[in-house]
Amino acid sequence: MADEKQIVDEELQKSPVIAPGYTFGTVTDQIASVVLTRRTPVFWVACFAAGFALLLVFLWAVVLLLVKGVGIWGIRIPVAWGFAITNFVWWIGIGHAGTLISAILLLLNQTWRNSINRFAEAMTLFAVACAGMFPLLHMGRPWLFYWMFPYPNTMGVQPQFRSPLVWDVFAVSTYATVSLLFWFVGLIPDLATLRDRAGNRWARGVYGILAMGWRGSARHWAHHEVASLLLAGLATPLVLSVHTVVSFDFTVAIVPGWHSTFFPPYFVAGAIYSGFAMVLVLAIPLRWVYGLEGLITAKHLENSAKVMLATGLIVAYAYMLELFGAWYSGNIYESAAFLNRMTGPYAAEYWCLITCNILAPQVLWFKKVRTKPVFLFMSSVVVLVGMWLERFVIIVSSLAQDYLVSSWRMFHPTRWDWATYVGTIGLFTFLFFLFIRLLPMISIFEVRTLLPQAKVEEAPE
Amino acid sequence: MTRPPIYGVLAEFDNPTSLVNAAREARVRGYKKLDAYSPFPIEALTEALHLPKSKLPLLVLIGGIVGGLTGYLMQYYVTVIYFPINIGGRPLHSWPMYIVITFELTVLFAALAAVFGLLALCGLPMPYHPVFNIPRFALASRNRFFLCIQATDPLFDRQATEAFLESLDAREVCEVAH
Repeated sequence: MADEKQIVDEELQKSPVIAPGYTFGTVTDQIASVVLTRRTPVFWVACFAAGFALLLVFLWAVVLLLVKGVGIWGIRIPVAWGFAITNFVWWIGIGHAGTLISAILLLLNQTWRNSINRFAEAMTLFAVACAGMFPLLHMGRPWLFYWMFPYPNTMGVQPQFRSPLVWDVFAVSTYATVSLLFWFVGLIPDLATLRDRAGNRWARGVYGILAMGWRGSARHWAHHEVASLLLAGLATPLVLSVHTVVSFDFTVAIVPGWHSTFFPPYFVAGAIYSGFAMVLVLAIPLRWVYGLEGLITAKHLENSAKVMLATGLIVAYAYMLELFGAWYSGNIYESAAFLNRMTGPYAAEYWCLITCNILAPQVLWFKKVRTKPVFLFMSSVVVLVGMWLERFVIIVSSLAQDYLVSSWRMFHPTRWDWATYVGTIGLFTFLFFLFIRLLPMISIFEVRTLLPQAKVEEAPE
Repeated sequence: MTRPPIYGVLAEFDNPTSLVNAAREARVRGYKKLDAYSPFPIEALTEALHLPKSKLPLLVLIGGIVGGLTGYLMQYYVTVIYFPINIGGRPLHSWPMYIVITFELTVLFAALAAVFGLLALCGLPMPYHPVFNIPRFALASRNRFFLCIQATDPLFDRQATEAFLESLDAREVCEVAH
């Protein structure tokens, strides 16, 4: 046992999760200073301005949609889902990595997660907010969204509880609520730190109200630890269930190319794949701009790249299994659907997605790539594009060409489809950079526990 | 019982080890009404202070059971009693189709119970607490560790308790006003 401990300790010294030389004070000051400083980096202003500009594009597209109706999008029967559901599935998948990092890695005792979980959880929240926009807007009359919930009404009707689309309403709204709660519980001790350190009276007041009087008492911490573990235990099956339910939207339908039983694990793996790509896309520039390389170290980037590679391989396996299933089933409609994907009107998108999702990420096998932030950033962007194309191909190519040749029809996105999609990227950027400026992007108290000084030395007997 | 003139005595420490040792020492001396404050959770402290086991898991379990029942019974009521739809003679009580929403509501109610239970057990939100009267206490959320012995403790004696805390490798000891 003693030997084992020594080996583990040596291993930790070789590649530390947190760079050596930090103390409780410096960790606190460095992370809190991003929020409490008066100076705002040009990088932040530029990103926030870009996000805000795209947010205005989004609002413009939404107002036009409300005035004119969903006809301004390219959705025409049979492709009634088009961009809206593609973007919904893509965004909600991105959110999954945040919950994976905050909940599953907490249960597995992977302490390296402590310096990336806060902003990954924020990413989840904002990605779910963007995802939620699409089904709402796709309804055509978003102001009647409450019709999806069961409530006593004068119309005398109720939701169809046997439909995956109703399950989706419950799954996504539960996911958004639980993610928000988990994030806030983790924030309380750090809000107390900001309250105690803010110089400005207003800031002290606002952080003080949000911290609710947290004083770091041993009793508080004991309950807080239990609550975090329980919430992690609840969020773990929840996150797996959300993309499973999203995949049910497809598998329960009889459309060729959708109707298969392995969609749930395939969708969950794809979700984590794109989510980790987004984590890297956000973490790499942030650590550089804010000089946080000592807290978000090369080890974090490398571990995330490894998770990306592993889930990417699961996705590759799923693509192969999909083709095998179509062939082995002997179902001519299934085989035709996949032949159409590979050689039909959407062949370009299909091969592009294979390149982005399967071929390109193979460079992550090389340690040189995994340890070079620039390469890692680029391969993450490629994965995000690839995963978007995957959702697009699954939805559009299957709907455009189903059983009856006479009802085939191509999908042509309009400029409002693009404006809404790019607009949600703006909404995400806007919210994310607000968060960076107003709340600590790294969990201060969890990073303190990673420092060697945090260990209580037992007195010799 | 009359209210003691002060809330208690607060000692400040440099590192978690001193705090845990001080908390153990205070327990050995027989002090019962004490609390420790630290900028991050310290497992050894829970045991040193003899804190009772958290009741939160029970609350979460109750929340989960209530959520699951709510989800299942709501669907049963709607699909079997309130709004039955006959689809090719299929059974109205189609329980496999209820599982997803039952699960989601179980998680939702359990998570709400966890968060509101946490706040209730910690007594938050609490707008005022005497320890905040000490300006140096702001460091409890940065890099300092505090131990407070409350004046309501039967063994509490202003001079003796202060002297005891000062003997414990504390940086500073001060009285906390109400």
